[in-house]
Amino acid sequence: VSEPANRAHTLRLELTDEPGELLRALSPIADNGGNLLSIFHERGSLTPRGRIPVEVDLECPPDRFDQIVDALRDAGVTVIAADAERYGDAVTVLLVGDLVAADLSDALGQLEECASASVVDFTLTDEPGQDDRASARLRLAVASGSADDALAAVRDLADEKDLHVVEPLVGDA
Amino acid sequence: MRLAVMGAGAVGRSVLDLAGEYGHDVVAVADSGSAAVAEDGLDPEVVLDRKRAEGSVGGGDPADALAADYDALVEATPTTLGDAEPGFGHAEAALDADRHVVLANKGPVAERYGDVRALARESAGEVRMEATVGGAIPALATIEGVGPERVTAARGVLNGTANFILSRMAAEGLNYEHVLAEAQDLGVAEADPTFDVEGTDAALKCAILANVIHGGGYGLADVDVEGITNVPPSALDLADEDGRTVRLIGEVDQDGARVGPRLVPENDTLAVSGTMNIVQLETEHAGRLNLSGRGAGGPETASAVLADVSRLD
Repeated sequence: VSEPANRAHTLRLELTDEPGELLRALSPIADNGGNLLSIFHERGSLTPRGRIPVEVDLECPPDRFDQIVDALRDAGVTVIAADAERYGDAVTVLLVGDLVAADLSDALGQLEECASASVVDFTLTDEPGQDDRASARLRLAVASGSADDALAAVRDLADEKDLHVVEPLVGDA
Repeated sequence: MRLAVMGAGAVGRSVLDLAGEYGHDVVAVADSGSAAVAEDGLDPEVVLDRKRAEGSVGGGDPADALAADYDALVEATPTTLGDAEPGFGHAEAALDADRHVVLANKGPVAERYGDVRALARESAGEVRMEATVGGAIPALATIEGVGPERVTAARGVLNGTANFILSRMAAEGLNYEHVLAEAQDLGVAEADPTFDVEGTDAALKCAILANVIHGGGYGLADVDVEGITNVPPSALDLADEDGRTVRLIGEVDQDGARVGPRLVPENDTLAVSGTMNIVQLETEHAGRLNLSGRGAGGPETASAVLADVSRLD
């Protein structure tokens, strides 16, 4: 029996500015079967209440998400928004080429707008000695059933920027 | 069965060597410049020794082999694109004479499937092509068994050279040029590796799979192809960090056929290592079928040829 596929979720938390607070906020996620995908920790900007906003992307089996949110609240963590946008699927692609010239920050913004996708993770490496052949891994959270649309948008982006895309196989996205 | 073997490369020679074990006689064999014909069956040792020593299989002209009294022609000359000659012409001559044709040569059925089928309809002979996709793997026989209309998609690793290079690059963190040189030293890659690393060979196999599943209409030009030469080690590292790897995957579904480097989970069935091949079929009633094995090699491919011969009536 195969396990149900993980779903990607976004949580917005508010933390007090105290040592260990971030770790305290994250452990209920792992303890309840969640897998952290990214943490956006805006230490410089404070909420009107003087707290630090944190955005957490995670994936977990479909039945665990509510449990994770409950566990966070039980642990005294302020959960501002749980899945304001419900993303059902995650898509990972590799991009290869002159990523510096491609100026991807702007392009990824466009991608989020037109493909109703959210960039969960973007990891870049350089090929030593090969400036025009860097690689990046892009992970997108997309609405359920729209992985194909997101991939088409990535393909268009890559064509426009003269990059190669290594796509996932459909179904294994 | 009395066999005429066209082509004396690794596959042709292995067919000659193994035919007797399968209960068949080889009555003629030809390479590009010579032929040996014996109505009561050739002695494989004699022919193979002569090929090794002198570079020719016998004292005859290649046309003599086509004119011999055989039941099935084994077409194992090198795959060519476009008009697929001389392989297509050999198949045509056999079918015109109401003989069976067993193809190891991909060209005729990747590039001129409709023409081959039209010739077969007019002939008392039958055409089989198991050896053209996935070497020893019984991919086409499985599709035939399931029923092509009940196969909704086929995908797989269809080129051992490209798979060897990608899996070595991923495992050792080596660059493409380094692993290619190693593959050439091992005889896994040819001196000119273009056919394999640019995806052409895998694309021909996809065209054949698409023709078999959809009843024709595909050629190399109908397959969207990208090879592996644009996959740097850094991309494989990024895939690895994420529990994935990259394989050159050929895919056939309702939308068409394509070949390209794709991300697959590192423990996925499709992530075979080294020179192994795999064909994965999605079927209407039987779910997913996986067939993996050796996709190339003389005896391996000859076993697919001889299995086809055994399927002829």
